Amino acid sequence: MRFIFKTRYEQDLQIFKHGVSAAWYAALLVFLLVAPFVVPDYYRTQIVFICIYGIAGFGLMLLSGFTGQISMGHAAFLAIGAYAEAILQARGMPFVVSAPAAILLAAAAGVAIGLPALRLSGIYLAIATLAFGFIVEEGMARWESMTGGSAGMLVPGVNLAGFMLEGDHAFYYLCLACVILVALATFNLLRSPTGRAFIAIRDSEVSAQSMGVSLSRYKTLSFGISAGITGLAGALYAHQIKFLSPEQFTLFVSIEFLMMIVIGGMGSMHGAVFGAIFVIGLPELISVAKDYMPQAVAEQPGLKTTIFGVIMILFVLFEPLGIYGRWIKIRTYFSMFPLYKKDMFRRQKAYQKSERVH
Amino acid sequence: MAFFKVENLTKQFGGLTAVDDISFEVNQGEVYTIIGPNGAGKTTIFNLVSLIYPPTRGRIFFKDRDLTGLAPDRVAALGIGRTFQNIELFEHATVLQNLLIGRHAHATTSFLAEMMFLPSVRKRELEHREAVERVVDFLDLQHARDSMVAGLPYGVRKVVELARALCTGPELLLLDEPSSGLNVEETDDMAFWIQDIRNELGITVLMVEHDMSLVSRVSDRVLAVNYGSKLAEGTPAEVQSHPEVVAAYLGE
Repeated sequence: MRFIFKTRYEQDLQIFKHGVSAAWYAALLVFLLVAPFVVPDYYRTQIVFICIYGIAGFGLMLLSGFTGQISMGHAAFLAIGAYAEAILQARGMPFVVSAPAAILLAAAAGVAIGLPALRLSGIYLAIATLAFGFIVEEGMARWESMTGGSAGMLVPGVNLAGFMLEGDHAFYYLCLACVILVALATFNLLRSPTGRAFIAIRDSEVSAQSMGVSLSRYKTLSFGISAGITGLAGALYAHQIKFLSPEQFTLFVSIEFLMMIVIGGMGSMHGAVFGAIFVIGLPELISVAKDYMPQAVAEQPGLKTTIFGVIMILFVLFEPLGIYGRWIKIRTYFSMFPLYKKDMFRRQKAYQKSERVH
Repeated sequence: MAFFKVENLTKQFGGLTAVDDISFEVNQGEVYTIIGPNGAGKTTIFNLVSLIYPPTRGRIFFKDRDLTGLAPDRVAALGIGRTFQNIELFEHATVLQNLLIGRHAHATTSFLAEMMFLPSVRKRELEHREAVERVVDFLDLQHARDSMVAGLPYGVRKVVELARALCTGPELLLLDEPSSGLNVEETDDMAFWIQDIRNELGITVLMVEHDMSLVSRVSDRVLAVNYGSKLAEGTPAEVQSHPEVVAAYLGE
């Protein structure tokens, strides 16, 4: 077991709690930096997708996992970011201008949906955001002069800051830099008053208010930041896919995002990353597994969605904290060996909440 | 000038008058307790004075400032902290995080600065942390500091909630049944703490309480209510022997 002896309050503000953890992250960073040179191109592309989904995952995690506001329409923010990036780049703007513009535009849309959503919670919020997703999808299909409508539009290569990013390696590093920056920004927010206000709203709105947290301000802020981050994911997505059409931003994508954070582990940043790896990696595993399945099963349509659905149900039933929760248990098992007890993480019954005011 | 004053406070839920024309004043530095049988309207009074419910009629003054109509998230910054009858902690956060949320009314940094964790944010965080640690020391919560609230026993949660209210830096502390669910020993501790909060920290306390031994130990003045109206007001002994109060509790 490892005991951290704390002597200064600064230690609780550190990103890495101890040297070993910092070393692991450094190892991961080194691997990601050399990966384009050592892994096949196909896997490099998969890592790019994990980065893009990871960014969107951080965005949705902030809103759903930390502020407790469900969104069934996050594909809309991905779409707004993607189209904004594609249209601005086509008009000659460099990435350093177009990406912030895409973020701001998506964030503005997030605030716009966040304001009416203040009065909604739970299933009603889910329906409102779902409707928003449909509206944006439909809007992109109809606004032909800008988006090319259902015929779609081509995305030009990445003009970073007046010069073009040549080659796939360069784009890989751009995505890697973006995911690291977003992870840092999210982590910083969560160790600051704003992030704590989000957590307060998630766990008890009435006492959050009594602590001075303005529900309207922080819920809107959470929607805005979450949408902005997802917009950045959209901007990168546009360049990776190189062709945009409205059917890439359907309800299924929104559900995939939700699945990502639920299976990854609600309320943890690691969860967003694990979830992204899962959502990108599982189709690969399924296509490999297909070779070993009876032909009648392997060729069934909807095999992937069925497997996703079953896994989702199993997680909700048996591991509500997702892959991250499972990882914590495994880690604790080894760090406490042989003292780990089976019921160590058994959930306690929650004490009765006081009468709901709202 | 009255430190805290409630004038003709009335709250109706549809046809039910939960609080009926109640007025009282709390002086600075005293422990003022509201008692009454179940359903007398005590918690409604509490939710009215912490602005969670808008009153049907009546006004609330704190240091001569009219609070009526303010948003509930404004009271913490004015110097009013509160606890809840059945504990409303942030379950899936650590005790330390809960207490830091108590400092929210004193947060000054913008979210953009926080995203970059600028030196100003770090400095402010350390100040919050020191303020929180003073409360942790005051209430002996060191052992629970890094635990998740969801795993804590009821008695500790009650103290954490008191600590969180103290972290808001209040001048007036509203305690909604501080002893409910506590055993005799824990209730004793709570009584000492309430006295310390008043005597050492100089915080005025307005509380709702059932446990009459706790009420008579710590309160300077007591207000008895029943069916939403005032029955009696005075020292604990006076109120306890008041014939209408005895009738309300024991029947005619």
